[in-house]
Amino acid sequence: MSYVWRPLWVVIILVAGVLTFRHFYVPKDFGIQEQGYMYGFHRLGNEKDWINFPISYKFSKDDSYCQQCHPGHVKSLLASPHAIIPCEDCHGPALNHPDNPPKLQIDKRRALCLRCHANLPYPGAGRNVVPGIDPVTHNPGQECVECHNPHNVMEGLQ
Amino acid sequence: MERRNFIKGAIMVVAGAAVPMAALEILDPKDVLAANPDLKWAFLVDTTKCVGCGMCVKACKTENDIPWTANVSRTWVERYVVTKEGKVWADCPKQARDGYTSPLLDENAAGKISVDPNDIAKGFFVPKLCNQCDNPPCAQVCPVGATYKTPDGPILVDRTWCIGCGYCIQSCPYGARFFHPVLHVADKCTWCYHRLHHGMKTACVGACPFGARQIGNLRDPNDPVTLAVLDDRIGILKPEYGTNPQAFYIGLSKEVD
Repeated sequence: MSYVWRPLWVVIILVAGVLTFRHFYVPKDFGIQEQGYMYGFHRLGNEKDWINFPISYKFSKDDSYCQQCHPGHVKSLLASPHAIIPCEDCHGPALNHPDNPPKLQIDKRRALCLRCHANLPYPGAGRNVVPGIDPVTHNPGQECVECHNPHNVMEGLQ
Repeated sequence: MERRNFIKGAIMVVAGAAVPMAALEILDPKDVLAANPDLKWAFLVDTTKCVGCGMCVKACKTENDIPWTANVSRTWVERYVVTKEGKVWADCPKQARDGYTSPLLDENAAGKISVDPNDIAKGFFVPKLCNQCDNPPCAQVCPVGATYKTPDGPILVDRTWCIGCGYCIQSCPYGARFFHPVLHVADKCTWCYHRLHHGMKTACVGACPFGARQIGNLRDPNDPVTLAVLDDRIGILKPEYGTNPQAFYIGLSKEVD
């Protein structure tokens, strides 16, 4: 019967090897979780991994986080039509500011303002409500902040 | 024993055994509520408010560490321009990472298309992101159990477990998934799962100056998103796929695909 047993042993050892490898390789919390087999087959610990993903933006209500140290800037911003824009849209993510980074990189480029203020002729779009300019003819090459105060836009030209 | 009594008794026993124990249990409403998770996230996009500034895309890429220069993004904003003759133009250059600053439409190989402003019947922007479907095809096709649905809604990808086969990217009818060019695993919008679980809104919702994006909890009857989903005239994308998407849209147009 050895001609039967010899290949059979190979198969048995292979299966045992795969099962042993699987036992040590697959994490203990891997399996069918409460969402069922079709959608919920996963490693439970991964949900915690995603919850612990680092947060970059504060986006606090009424910019209350920024207001703690920069009340003047936030006050003038909140009094202007730009009050709807969160600080971090132009100043970049706060991360752990002021500890790290101690200084934020402000985006003062013309391209940032044009995101809303380049005129696009679309009837019915919200874009029409925003005052727009033609970037080709309106002081090309110049930065907007050279003339306009982004915090208090109604202040007039500088 | 009389035959009559025997049959009577047998019927009683069989009828009694047929009633399951669960049918006699008295349910406490509090227990029933506790068995249902008290969180179920839903997204609301008001396309009528979107101006196409792309701040959401910028914030998303920064928050979630998606390579800035790669042509992939977890969220994107599409532009639709419909002419008076009924021709539909649509573009999404760099996933609207830098917003829409030019009236020229980026038609890729066909070049930049200029549409006469007098010919435009309507033009609008549609922010898009993962719909976190209740029947997610991406989670169903994953051969290794790397992508899954969480109890509160969002579909996540286990980056340590994904083998990068790309089935899920193929299966998503919304094109919401992509291959992460650095980590070499499938990646997708998580509705900023980390932010939600720290009591914050998603990065795109926080960055939007116009309130075109909102996220809320459908289990909270007073949540503005819940109220909008119940009362407003909302639409969903590609209902014909039966995915039951949990991102709802106000102001969808028939041109939007």
